[in-house]
Amino acid sequence: MEVFGVALSLLVMFSGFGLLIGLLFGFFGMGGSFLVTPALLVMGYKTDVAVASGLAFVFGTSVIATLKHRDLGQVDYKLGVLMIAGTTAGIEVGKIGLHWLQDIGLANTVVSVSYVFLLGAIGVFITYNAVKGGDDDGGVSHDADGDEELDADDIPDIAKKIQSYRVPPMMKLRGGVRVSLWMILSVAFLTGLLSGFLGVGGGFIRMPALFYLIGVPVPVAVGTDLFEIVFSGGIGSFLYAIDGAVDLAIVAPLLAGSALGARMGAAATSLVEESEIKVYFGVMLLLGATAVAVREVGGIVEMPVLDLVSLAIIVGAALLVSGAVVVSSIRELRAEKTRPAAQTAD
Amino acid sequence: MFGIEISQGVVDGATLIGIVLLEAILLYVGYGVLEKLLGPRLTAFLRGD
Repeated sequence: MEVFGVALSLLVMFSGFGLLIGLLFGFFGMGGSFLVTPALLVMGYKTDVAVASGLAFVFGTSVIATLKHRDLGQVDYKLGVLMIAGTTAGIEVGKIGLHWLQDIGLANTVVSVSYVFLLGAIGVFITYNAVKGGDDDGGVSHDADGDEELDADDIPDIAKKIQSYRVPPMMKLRGGVRVSLWMILSVAFLTGLLSGFLGVGGGFIRMPALFYLIGVPVPVAVGTDLFEIVFSGGIGSFLYAIDGAVDLAIVAPLLAGSALGARMGAAATSLVEESEIKVYFGVMLLLGATAVAVREVGGIVEMPVLDLVSLAIIVGAALLVSGAVVVSSIRELRAEKTRPAAQTAD
Repeated sequence: MFGIEISQGVVDGATLIGIVLLEAILLYVGYGVLEKLLGPRLTAFLRGD
C-alpha cells in the first residue's frame, strides 16, 4: 500500500524512528544527524541524500523543539545570537584546518581519532561529574523560570572562573548569569572551531559548553543550543536542497514522528532531575564514541559488517536512553503526586 | 527585470526548506492542540490517578 507514492511500511518506520530521535533531541538538544544520517546510509541511500535529508530533518525538529523550549522560558535569544556569531567564525577557521590536513593526507585519521576522543572525553567528564555530584549537583529546578537566579553552588567551577573575568561589556543572561561578551564569543569560537574541524553539527559540544563554561542552567543550555541549530540546520539543508539532494519522502514522516517526540523530550526536561539528564547525556556520548570507533575500525580493516554493528550500537543507545528518559519522567510524575502528602506527614 | 537572476535550484531549495518549515509549524500547532485536549488526561493516567 502506498501513500503519496511512498510505501506505507516505510512511512510508519520513518515516523517511529522520528519519534525516538525527537524525544532525544527535545531532551538533550542534540542527536539528530548523529542518528539519522548513519541509518539512511545503512539503508542504502546515497551519501548526499542521507546527509541533506538528515540536515533538513534536524532543521524541522529544531524549529519544533525550540518553540517548545521557548514556551517553557528556556531559550536565551541574546546568548543564542552571540553563539551563532562566534560559532560561524570558528567553523570557518576549523574548515581551514581540515583542508590543510586533507592536503597532507591526514584528515581522515586525525578527524576520526579526535571525534572518538572528544565524544568519549565529554561523555566521561559529564557522567563522572553527575555521578560524583549526586543529588546535590542537580541544582536547578527544571520547571523554574529561566530568569530565576542561580545558586552559586549550582555553577560549575570552570564557569565561575570564566565569569570572574570581568572584561566589559558584561552580559546578563537567563538564570541571573553575568559573563563578559568576549568570554561568550571565545567559547562560541572554540565550539565552532571543533564543529568545523570535525564536520559535525556540534550540539554535543555546545550544550555542555554552555553549562560548564558559561554557567547557564542545563535546560537553558538545551533550549539555546536548539535555537542555534535552527539556523545552522536551515542554512545547511538549504545549500544541499539547491542541488536537489533533500528527499521529502524521508523528511516528512521523520518530522511527523519527531514533532511528537520533541514535545515529550522538552516536557521531560521539566520533570527529570538535572543530575539524571547529565548521566543520560554522558552515557549517550560514550556509546556514540564506541559506535564511531567501531565504524572507523571497520573502514580500516575493510569489514562492512562493522558499519551495521556501529548502527546497532547507536540505535540501541537511542532506545536505551530514550526509554530511561520516559521511565524517569513517569517516576517523577508519580513522585510529585505523593510529595505533598509526605511533606504534610513531616 | 532588474538584471537579477535567481537560479531554479535556489528557488527549488527555498521552496523545499519552506515546506519543511511549514510542516514543522503545523505539526507544532497540531500537536499543541492535541496536548491541550488530551495532556491532562494522559498526565493523570501516568500519575496513576
